[in-house]
Amino acid sequence: MSATLLSRIQFGLAAGFHFLFPPTTFGLTLLILIFEILHLKKKEEIYLKISNFLIKILGIVFVLGVASGIVLEFAFGNNWSNYSRMVGDIFGAPLAAEGVFAFFLESVFLGVLIFGRNKVSKKFFLLSAFLVFFASHLSGFWIIVANSWMQTPMGFKIEGGRAVLTNFFEAVMNKSTLIRYIHTIIAGWITGSLLVAGISAYYLLKERGREYAKILLRTSLIIFIITSIIQLFTGHFHSVQVSKTQPEKMAAYEALWETQSFAPFSIFAIPDEKNEKNILYIGIPGLLSFLIDFNPEYEVKGLKDFPSDERPPVILPFYSYHIMIYLGIYFILLSLVGIFLFLKKKIYDTKWYLKILLYSIPLPYFANEFGWIAAEVGRQPWAVYKVLKTKDAISPSVSAPQVLFSLIMLSLIYLFLLIIFIYLIKKIVKKGIEGISYEGY
Amino acid sequence: METIDVLRIIWFFLIGLLLVGYSILDGFDLGIGSLFPLLAKNQDDKRKLFKSIGPFWDGNEVWLLTGGGALFAAFPHAYATVFSGFYLAFMILLFALIFRAVSIEFWYHDEERRRFWEWAFVIGSFLPSVLFGVALGNVIIGIPLNENFDFVGNFFTLLRPYPLILGILGLLMILLQGISYSILKTDGELKERSYRIARKIWIIFIIIFIISFIATLIWMPENLTKLLAWFFVALSLLFWILYGISLNKKKDGFCFLFSSLLFVSLWGIVGSIHFPYLVRANNVPEYSLTIYNASSSLLTLKVMFIIALIGMPFVIGYTIYVYNVFKGRD
Repeated sequence: MSATLLSRIQFGLAAGFHFLFPPTTFGLTLLILIFEILHLKKKEEIYLKISNFLIKILGIVFVLGVASGIVLEFAFGNNWSNYSRMVGDIFGAPLAAEGVFAFFLESVFLGVLIFGRNKVSKKFFLLSAFLVFFASHLSGFWIIVANSWMQTPMGFKIEGGRAVLTNFFEAVMNKSTLIRYIHTIIAGWITGSLLVAGISAYYLLKERGREYAKILLRTSLIIFIITSIIQLFTGHFHSVQVSKTQPEKMAAYEALWETQSFAPFSIFAIPDEKNEKNILYIGIPGLLSFLIDFNPEYEVKGLKDFPSDERPPVILPFYSYHIMIYLGIYFILLSLVGIFLFLKKKIYDTKWYLKILLYSIPLPYFANEFGWIAAEVGRQPWAVYKVLKTKDAISPSVSAPQVLFSLIMLSLIYLFLLIIFIYLIKKIVKKGIEGISYEGY
Repeated sequence: METIDVLRIIWFFLIGLLLVGYSILDGFDLGIGSLFPLLAKNQDDKRKLFKSIGPFWDGNEVWLLTGGGALFAAFPHAYATVFSGFYLAFMILLFALIFRAVSIEFWYHDEERRRFWEWAFVIGSFLPSVLFGVALGNVIIGIPLNENFDFVGNFFTLLRPYPLILGILGLLMILLQGISYSILKTDGELKERSYRIARKIWIIFIIIFIISFIATLIWMPENLTKLLAWFFVALSLLFWILYGISLNKKKDGFCFLFSSLLFVSLWGIVGSIHFPYLVRANNVPEYSLTIYNASSSLLTLKVMFIIALIGMPFVIGYTIYVYNVFKGRD
């Protein structure tokens, strides 16, 4: 295998593993903030214990986010040195800004959350919870800025073969930043809230700490219901943006080969990339055109209209994108049933539903990963869309065997950490909320 | 001087400042980690040591991440050359940092594997403590580069005597910083042990310091004429002596203060012998990366400077505030 492919796999592994943790953090910090506010307002012990429980989980999620984040901070220099030289003038700034504005704040005040309950006033503790919430979301913003700039680069010019910044604000708020950010944050809230709802369902099923579990389930499920429905709309607008700014990516998402009006929205397909056609295709006629422009006659560009060396692969983006959408629909169905059970006041005792919640915990993670795969593989063959190809972005001084070595090591380490992570989360959950001790270490 | 050159110098200084922040802060928890087997004799000692760094280590590590980001933004060529050139060494460093990052939290929750996480913490602290100095030594004495600024040596190029000497010097400085923190944060038997270890490190440090000093003059005699470097060498010696006095009088706060100032002075020496270079090329001098040929554009340097001006005072402010919250021993 070439150094380019190995480097891509390694970056995919590093970013994909990292991307398990920040979305969880978004959801958890939101819930912790809510319970800290409730605790300060209602002064009841129960909210305090719930918050302490969530902080313990956050602690573990956060260290894995940090551990896997270190790798990414340097990955561009390690494996993509030509990329760093070509676009560092623009790409480095959001990474540095993330550190200066967000990551310091998050880390320092997370220390207060984990260790400082008995050392600071209640108000200061609430402020810390807010700052951790705020900073983790701000941190996500700068990373999304960096990623969005690779998708829809703006605010620069090419000078002597290098991209040079001409307008910082344009580079930051490029055409995909805002919608991608909202879509990703909502995904994080879905992920974190379903994780917590699933854990509460577990307690209800095991009939442990029912009082705690009821409050926890109610709060997290309300967030899940709201966010999973909102996500339908953010997903829609994000897709519209993609079809306007990266039309070949949308064509790959939809396995659309021919340019056409009344373009169909695909339900299922088996694309055949070699022969530029679909072996099997089921779609709703006109729906894609309608969704993009509210006009079924709108002409959507097909893959054949793009030079073959500037087209993304089709199979991986197509399936990833569709699995993400189907998971999103599943979350909405889960929410609708949840609303029904809330209204019937049966939610805490409907065992089959609680079981489904519990076993659905991993699904948002799959939705996140597939959405991300669709976005990044759909950007190929470009590292920076229409500016720099991935194959030209690698480190010339790093050989394929070197990358193979680091890839194998990293895979083993991440597999090991993932197993320990799941084991520890289960262990904390099994200890229960009612018996939680707040002791720092 | 043109505006861009002023900004380039400022950014050389600011990245130095981030490295200094990282050294002083993460230095103490890396030091605690490296000394862990010597310091902790029982479960209670271990718990105390972990608790002393628990609230801080991740915030401390952000200085490294931000330093990396700032280097990327301000001097992309230096970021690209160093991290791709030292690829394998850097991967080992990253693996160590990954294990270290999770070890403290996992030690607490994963009782069945405590021995494993202790060793992950020790090795994960020790390796970076040495490798940082080795990397710095390479950058200072120079590595073979080509016209595209890409590294053309191999893994063993990195393990030449001078970088190894700086690796040991960096390790000792980090150990001194760690033991000073232990003195500040522990009590009883553990604290007495820390005093004894500190004395040994203090003596070994000056031996390695003198060796590094001689080695620098042998391999890079041009530094003889750099007055600023002499100033920082004198300052280092002064802080080293003051450290010894504070240690004898058991002035715990001053020990930590002078250890930190000693660390700053060492960076002062590095900065004054290295400026305006970022990465020296030892094969063809013209391939060297300096702040002039490796920097970002004027606009990026400006924007970054504004970001630093707005952000860093807050960072320093709330970091000091939170350290105060956790002041003292418990």
